[in-house]
Amino acid sequence: MDSPCSKTRNPFTGAEANAVGVKVDAVCKSYAGVEVLKDITFEVQPSEIFVLMGPSGSGKSVLLRHIAGLELPTSGTIAVDGLDPSLEATRDRVRLALVFQDGALFNSLSVYDNLALYPREHRSGDEKAIRERVMHSLRILSVEDSVNKFPSELSGGMKKRVSIARALVTEPQLLLYDEPTSELDPVMSATISEIIATLKNEYSVTSLVVTHDRALALTISNRVGILMDGELVTLGTPDDLNKSKDPRIVDFLNPKIDIKHPRFKELETQAPA
Amino acid sequence: MKQLNIVLQGVGSTVQLLFRSLSYAGTLPRQWPRFIEQCYMIGYTTLPIVAILSFFIGTVLALEAGYSMSDFGAKEYIGSLVGLSMARELGPMMTAVLLAGRVGSAITAELASMKVYQEIDALTIMNIPAAKILVLPRLAAVLVMMPVLTVISNIVGWFGGSVVARYVSSLGISPEAYFAALRHFTKFKDVMNGVEKAEVFGFVVVLVCCNIGLNTKGGPREIGAAVTRAVVTSLILILVLDYFVTKVLV
Ligand SMILES: Nc1ncnc2c1ncn2[C@@H]1O[C@H](COP(=O)(O)OP(=O)(O)OP(=O)(O)O)[C@@H](O)[C@H]1O
Ligand SMILES: [Mg+2]
Repeated sequence: MDSPCSKTRNPFTGAEANAVGVKVDAVCKSYAGVEVLKDITFEVQPSEIFVLMGPSGSGKSVLLRHIAGLELPTSGTIAVDGLDPSLEATRDRVRLALVFQDGALFNSLSVYDNLALYPREHRSGDEKAIRERVMHSLRILSVEDSVNKFPSELSGGMKKRVSIARALVTEPQLLLYDEPTSELDPVMSATISEIIATLKNEYSVTSLVVTHDRALALTISNRVGILMDGELVTLGTPDDLNKSKDPRIVDFLNPKIDIKHPRFKELETQAPA
Repeated sequence: MKQLNIVLQGVGSTVQLLFRSLSYAGTLPRQWPRFIEQCYMIGYTTLPIVAILSFFIGTVLALEAGYSMSDFGAKEYIGSLVGLSMARELGPMMTAVLLAGRVGSAITAELASMKVYQEIDALTIMNIPAAKILVLPRLAAVLVMMPVLTVISNIVGWFGGSVVARYVSSLGISPEAYFAALRHFTKFKDVMNGVEKAEVFGFVVVLVCCNIGLNTKGGPREIGAAVTRAVVTSLILILVLDYFVTKVLV
């Protein structure tokens, strides 16, 4: 792991800033009395790649939304670079980006304008510089051909890639990904892993990746946490995880495909004779 | 009690949104393209329906006024009645009602769908306030377009009245006589009065519709509910405000 004093570098302005860490402390969240996050505590070190895995519905997206400052915990605290992420002032100081599970592209804007919105609004450079930056980002994800399309004209995987490109344009110090590879083919998934690793190595970007992609989790990550039913059941390096004897984790990482599973028996007995 | 709470919350968040948007007023020159786009959305798309409705309101006014004023032998004054009611009340009121139905509903639907599909969240993370790029240009545009729409509504309504006055056989008043009466009684001040009303209505309608859209929670189904709520709230506010604004302006 890099030393905590490593710097993130903005490739466009060259400006350097400290790599940022995340501290999640005893966070609980309930929706209408239903506990979705149960006493979650962990830290993401500056310029670490932290992977969060877990079954569907275990609260991964909710946790990311909390770290992004979009939701407030029922109890507990979250700090990004020591600051409360739900405050505008924090987002002013720390460049943070979230790749949403379903993209959340601006439907009324073209792909180009989706990416150009951030640099334009924050007045970073003239239109020519912005164009270069946008096209560069689209090229990294091989979606530059779709630059003039609208989100409704893109496939699921293309939307995902555009939304990753949109996150890159903002030059984040902290990047939160919600299943970045879920709709991508194996080659593209590998590319995403490369991008995440490169951002860490070249620019000391801190990444928190929610994924079901074992290859991504076990190859590029520094640490992996597994969330089950709103609880962080384990936290360790990919090696720790592979060696784990905990049956929940073994089953989760090595699911068996059982075509004689009893759940089908039920269907058979219910079928009319 | 719960209802009252919801109303108070709505008022609170609307006022908050107003101040948040106004705090970005300085960015308006840079948002020129958005402002123009909203002027187009608000003005140009509402114009045809405003014109059609105003024309028929003018005709009905003239017809009703004609029948009742004939009894007093005062049908020459139809023009004055149409002129004043259009300018002071019906022009601004109808324009605002149509704005709520045509533009307000569209604003709420758009913002609610942005909220439901997490586009607003994406903006928040980028530190681009919705109040700045979504609300402010719309508020500015409605302030510019409402007077234009209202004046057009007045003129078309007056014209509608003159057509009825001329061609309905029991009336048969020449356009010259009609407009002479209209001009004699309808002062510039009356038109301005109406325009000021329209400004208040339009501003409130757009602000309320933006706020309801941005506060939509839940799934796609809520978008429809939000639109209904926005239009109904707008209509009620127009009628209530009408009384108070009229009282202040008279
Ligand atoms: N706004 C909300 N209101 C009520 N319940 C919610 C809300 N958002 C999420 N939940 C509940 O929280 C739980 C966790 O949801 P979450 O979206 O975080 O799952 P996830 O781990 O991201 O799953 P997946 O891998 O399928 O994306 C679910 O049971 C969901 O029903
Ligand atoms: Mg999820």
